[in-house]
Amino acid sequence: MNTSQGYNFAYLDEQTKRMIRRAILKAVAIPGYQVPFGSREMPLPYGWGTGGIQVTAGIIGPDDILKVIDQGADDTTNAVSIRRFFARTAGIRTTSRTEEATIIQTRHRIPETPLSAGQTIVYQVPTPEPLRWLEPRETETRKMHALADYGIMHVKLYEDIARFGRISTTYDYPVLVDDRYLMRPSPIPKFDNPKMHRNPALQLFGAGREKRIYAVPPWTSVRSLDFEDHPFEVQKWSQACALCGSTESFLDEVVTDDKGGRMFVCSDTDYCQRRRDAKEAAE
Amino acid sequence: MSPLLQVSGLTRLYGDRVGCKDVGFELWPGEVMGIVGESGSGKTTLLNCLSARLEPTSGTVAYDTREEGLTDIYAMGEPRRRMLMRTDWGIVHQNPRDGLRMGVSAGANVGERLMAVGARHYGRIRAQAAEWLEQVEIDTGRIDDLPLTFSGGMLQRLQIARNLVTHPRLVFMDEPTGGLDVSVQARLLDLLRRLVTDLGLAAIVVTHDLAVARLLAHRLMVMQGGEVVETGLTDQVLDDPHHPYTQLLVSSVLQP
Repeated sequence: MNTSQGYNFAYLDEQTKRMIRRAILKAVAIPGYQVPFGSREMPLPYGWGTGGIQVTAGIIGPDDILKVIDQGADDTTNAVSIRRFFARTAGIRTTSRTEEATIIQTRHRIPETPLSAGQTIVYQVPTPEPLRWLEPRETETRKMHALADYGIMHVKLYEDIARFGRISTTYDYPVLVDDRYLMRPSPIPKFDNPKMHRNPALQLFGAGREKRIYAVPPWTSVRSLDFEDHPFEVQKWSQACALCGSTESFLDEVVTDDKGGRMFVCSDTDYCQRRRDAKEAAE
Repeated sequence: MSPLLQVSGLTRLYGDRVGCKDVGFELWPGEVMGIVGESGSGKTTLLNCLSARLEPTSGTVAYDTREEGLTDIYAMGEPRRRMLMRTDWGIVHQNPRDGLRMGVSAGANVGERLMAVGARHYGRIRAQAAEWLEQVEIDTGRIDDLPLTFSGGMLQRLQIARNLVTHPRLVFMDEPTGGLDVSVQARLLDLLRRLVTDLGLAAIVVTHDLAVARLLAHRLMVMQGGEVVETGLTDQVLDDPHHPYTQLLVSSVLQP
């Protein structure tokens, strides 16, 4: 693909990228702490990944290989357009293979293929503040973070159990980073929460509308909140992926007709496709 | 033995206007002190200053902490002050909606303080919540109901349970019976009296209702225009008022 003319490398001007990198450095130094930054207007609407795209633009270099996923898929509108955006404005290589990528920008999933040291995963975050729906005042939530005053988060989990008999929060499940800051892991399913714990890759989070950047450095502890008698659990499925037969991946339910027909398939398209390819090659 | 709360020279100004002026007293463990006076006499300002919610312009409020004895509450750091407010103290608001989380169930409301101080066992938190609901005469079958579905009297009792769950030593109450009808008031007063005696609580009760003060308080402080005009044992103040304002206040009570 050819590079578009008239843009700085990776769209943003150098001063802005420098500002974003400073915010990232601070975020990495204080795991889980939300660093404010001067979020710019990007050529895509808020909610489509303006935070993630700015973080990616801030860290990307000419040698990087970019993978972008949306709900685990490489071929959805959002993923395709962000990948093309960077291919055009930075002229970098893109890929859909998880282990090949140096930067993975994601919305709603962490790839099934384990990440390795040296990789960076960039999350698109709609609402960075974990206490937002419990405490509407920003001044108060900041104070709660400063004092590590997080009891109220357990009130929400208590309420879940009292109503549904179990913790019914299934995505954006609150975590405690490095045993200090409460963090919203962006709307990934809680199935992916254990993958964040002591992950060798650098994890960066960007919220464009809310103008916040936060980070989990490699090998940092990320603990999901729970009760002693209601421990944290991830989702389980009674069947395997209908396409690749995996029993270990996160499955999406796909409605196939209007007569109640449905199938469960991997949400990570790269993982699923490669398992199918491997099976075919073996036969 | 040292006083639980030691207040001296407490003044709070709102610009040129006086909220409360030069208030000083000592509160001893297990003692219930009433603050009475007309509307605008500075009762609530004083209570807010005492309960660490409103920084005074001058003067000190020292509280007998479990670790270090008498400590100025405005000189200690915010984390410790918050800890104090949710463990050793209780604050009962006049309007229970100010003191409760209306969006979560009664059980969660009572359990919140426990979770804030580190309780992480759902079963035990729930058991304690149920026990406290029983203490304040709320049917334990309503533990999962939202406070929105409770009556005014039940809300006030729920608020009291929520405050007492961490076994505080000092409770601040701002018009605890305001806005309740008389029969509910009587029940609430009975309950408060029983809890205060059983648990050995010290309390500061702000009220404009002299009957409430007579029932609950051991000692009274009468305020007018931000200043304390008379103090003494409740019966003494109400039966033999000395200050002209107190005489007016006592004689203004309607007899049915």
